[in-house]
Amino acid sequence: MLRFIIKRVFEAIPVLLIVATVSFFLMKMMPGGPFDTEKVTTPEIKKAIEAQYGLDKPVWQQYLDYMGHLVRGDLGPSYRYAGWTVNELIASTFPVSLELGCYALAFALAIGMVAGIIASLRKNTASDYVPMSLATLGICLPTFVTGPLLILFFGICLNWYNTSGWNLPSDRVLPSITLGLYYTAYISRLTRGGMLEILNQDFIRTARAKGATEWRIVWKHALRGGLLSVVSFLGPAVAGIITGSLVVESIFQIPGLSRFFIMAGFNRDYTMVMGTVLFFATLTIFANLVVDILQVWLNPKLRFE
Amino acid sequence: MSAEFPTVTQHTSEVEVGQSLWQDAWHRLRQNKMAVAGAIFVLLLALASFLAPLIAPHSYEQTNLAIGATPPSLAHWFGTDVLGRDLFSRTLYGGRISLSVGLVATAVSVIIGVLYGSISGYVGGRLDVVMMRIVDILYSLPFVIFVILLMVIFGRNIYLLFGAIGAVEWLDMARIVRGQVMSLKKQEYVEAAVALGLRKRRIILRHMIPNVLGIVIIYSTLIVPSVMLLEAFLSFLGFGVQPPMSSWGTLINDGAKSMESYPWLLIFPSLFFALTLFSLNFLGDGLRYALDVRTSKD
Repeated sequence: MLRFIIKRVFEAIPVLLIVATVSFFLMKMMPGGPFDTEKVTTPEIKKAIEAQYGLDKPVWQQYLDYMGHLVRGDLGPSYRYAGWTVNELIASTFPVSLELGCYALAFALAIGMVAGIIASLRKNTASDYVPMSLATLGICLPTFVTGPLLILFFGICLNWYNTSGWNLPSDRVLPSITLGLYYTAYISRLTRGGMLEILNQDFIRTARAKGATEWRIVWKHALRGGLLSVVSFLGPAVAGIITGSLVVESIFQIPGLSRFFIMAGFNRDYTMVMGTVLFFATLTIFANLVVDILQVWLNPKLRFE
Repeated sequence: MSAEFPTVTQHTSEVEVGQSLWQDAWHRLRQNKMAVAGAIFVLLLALASFLAPLIAPHSYEQTNLAIGATPPSLAHWFGTDVLGRDLFSRTLYGGRISLSVGLVATAVSVIIGVLYGSISGYVGGRLDVVMMRIVDILYSLPFVIFVILLMVIFGRNIYLLFGAIGAVEWLDMARIVRGQVMSLKKQEYVEAAVALGLRKRRIILRHMIPNVLGIVIIYSTLIVPSVMLLEAFLSFLGFGVQPPMSSWGTLINDGAKSMESYPWLLIFPSLFFALTLFSLNFLGDGLRYALDVRTSKD
């Protein structure tokens, strides 16, 4: 197990280095520097700024400098927020995104799994069809449609929640639901499918024959196997939630990292864009690693491979 | 992975004519009401969008500040936006952009996916391991972020958008094609081609790819909605189609900004977009079911 983890960590390092290298040279291919738009700069001032950020050195030297700092976990100074480093910007905005992502995932897991389990136990009845049709709806509708519609209905028509912001506890509700909806739908389908497969197996019939209650059958026998596909979906789900939060944070004007990333994109704050890309890539690779470990733990068969 | 096509019952009597695979699939597709409804909706919408210059009652970029935002009326079926532009016309034109991005980017992703998958599957061995590991890694990265990176660096033009989206959506296709090719390459006619001394390139292009096209086409119908989704997503964030052109993504974004006062600006484009995604998904699922192609996922 330990060997497996170490192997995966070592596999991740070259991937991150490639991601960093590719994004670095993409940035360098860009015509014009990040400080070209400031109108009042004289050539001397511009030179001084560029020297301060090390932009006067040859590209290979800049690359080595960047990678050298990167290895030590330093993503460099932000080009737009003077006095801030990218690390500080990420550290101050990521907690918000993390909170949002956790709520969304928790919402998706709770509702999705319960709906999926109920649907699998009451197959081909209304409690199967209704949630599964809703799931189809949830999978088709993107966040930038559901988000504004939820605001329109709950925020404006019913006036239950604020339409934007991230101050009150109740401000968390709509963004989390918007972000989690797709995953709720997907997880409910996966749970239903996985549970149906398990519930048809012999050891479940044995448990039934022994007179185990339905609750015990689900909880003790079926759930562990039935949730395997849900667990393997969690890896892509984390990547998807990061992507999704780009939209959700801009719809609800939440001051999280994704929103900063978008703004950095518009402002051509290269170090910030690169730093965020790397940060997100590391995060998803790490999440996938955790998911793989969970899978091995849930499914003993994988341990021998 | 071999595609398990439904075997049509063999008739012993010589009078009866057996159904071909495609006839059988067509028959099954027609039975699936949702898929048929989806197909009809998509066809009508595509027609209306591509004939937009003829159909649209107003210009999509002609502003009319005198009337400003008006609710739906007989003159303007979907109302007008803040600048007095006719929303119905803008929705039609937006559909034109969204659908073309859907088609072109899908084509790009299919080409990449088919070539990648067939090379990986046919050559096999260590190359296959490396190529598939790359796909695995790409799967795990938040790819949209890279598209945004590209759009930041190279400016927001629509051709780049086609390419960038296409470059993101090929992963599934590569896996499916690889699986198909791996089972195809053990067939006798391929052995014959190898025995004749044909080069790998020729075998892949002339023998492998034409034989996987059926499945490729079916899967393409499932790529179209996800590509359209991505385009709308980027346009919504401001990294996609730029004004005065509109796609459904930009229309939804504009609508979301002013929904408190003018909800119709949000509702109509969202409705069209959602209906189109639904239809395409149902059509794709229907096609897949009709041909009973096993999916690699779920």
